[in-house]
Amino acid sequence: MQPLNRRQMAWRAAQDIEAGALVNLGMGLPVQVADYLDPKADIFIHSENGVIGAGPLAAPERADADLVDASSRRITLRPGAAIVDSVWSFAMIRGGHIDVTILGAFEVAAGGDLANWDMRVPNKGPLVGGAMDLAVGARAVWVIMEHTTRKGGPRLVQACTLPLTGKGCVTRVYTDLAVIDVTPAGFLVREIVAGLTAAELQARSGAPLTFAADGRALTAPLLSDTDEQRTG
Amino acid sequence: MPTNKRVSSAAEALAGVADGATVLISGFGGAGFPNVLIRALRERGTKDLTLVVNSATHRYSLTHELIEAGQVRKVVCSAARGREGGLSAFEQLWGAGKIELVCLPQGTLAEAIRAGGAGIPAFYTPAGVGTDLTRGREVRRFSDRDYVLEEAIKGDLALVRGDTADAYGNLTFRYAQMNFGPAMATAASLAVAEVRAVEDRPIPQERVQLPGVFVDRVFAVSE
Repeated sequence: MQPLNRRQMAWRAAQDIEAGALVNLGMGLPVQVADYLDPKADIFIHSENGVIGAGPLAAPERADADLVDASSRRITLRPGAAIVDSVWSFAMIRGGHIDVTILGAFEVAAGGDLANWDMRVPNKGPLVGGAMDLAVGARAVWVIMEHTTRKGGPRLVQACTLPLTGKGCVTRVYTDLAVIDVTPAGFLVREIVAGLTAAELQARSGAPLTFAADGRALTAPLLSDTDEQRTG
Repeated sequence: MPTNKRVSSAAEALAGVADGATVLISGFGGAGFPNVLIRALRERGTKDLTLVVNSATHRYSLTHELIEAGQVRKVVCSAARGREGGLSAFEQLWGAGKIELVCLPQGTLAEAIRAGGAGIPAFYTPAGVGTDLTRGREVRRFSDRDYVLEEAIKGDLALVRGDTADAYGNLTFRYAQMNFGPAMATAASLAVAEVRAVEDRPIPQERVQLPGVFVDRVFAVSE
């Protein structure tokens, strides 16, 4: 059994973004989804700092300190881009104008609850940013995360143990082992990596899984995990 | 409305700012930080400040200088975490109980500032319902959904970074400099902008991104 690496996880999520969509990508792994979008699909990337239509990262000689995304990365703009202030940026988010947001997470519960902002690390200040606005406002909330914690504990859970970002908001989860829909009946596995059985996936999960009748293998092209762009 | 809002120095731009002031400071994602004004506020020594900022500290912002100098009593922000691998100036003082923190969802922060400048005392938002950040707030159901009541934010002083200004206080912004700047300028009784250049001629109206009605003083930085 070969889990997807982080680049492959980003690639897999990118395949499900529809042409013409307005998409918000969270910090860290989710922003890498942008690297795998079909350039012909006319997808617009929204960044919380007000950029609508973020393009690829700027080449060093073209980088402009004022043209940045929410992670302070120096970016370019795609044709048709616009830049607005924070009030409009969040009006877009809360007002239902973002088609899909892809966020990182610590835990997702079977009812769609999301915990992704506070790991309760002593003395570390909170960092919520726009996550709570996205969780309630985007028309679809997807998560990319490793299936288990570094210690092997489940991230798909019956009820979140960490502080919530939003209730009942997540509809799909991409992990290194599976693609899972969050349905009114709980977690529904759509895809699973080759060589991993349903029972083995269940053993790595903290809530009951059901398996789609038309379930498929989770596959991705070979992508090196060593050239991840630094963010933040 | 005064028709010459130019001032010649950051110190002059901050004249009259009193201890205990609530200071709204623009900047997010590496752009739009009024760092010349922030440093001038530190040099001025004004204390007991409440800062309203997106990030308590940010690697492109100088707010940490105000915090390290002990001039800040309270921070209202959406991000209070230092960078990986160590505690920020804010986190050290906050952990020691020497500085107060209000953490808000970023959209709530932006809307609270907008409301403060627009004569709206409070508003309902769906963001943060059922989370630790809205514990104790009033929740009300509209149609089939719960919303939490959030109060507007107003300030005594807004520090905003723009690209160009004219003598009327009209502002333009470069790329992502705008972020919280326009809303903050509306919500403070004194709004000060540092800009790359103050133009001799009025900025053509179609290029004005923040009208001078919301801006009291403009000041060209030398960089």
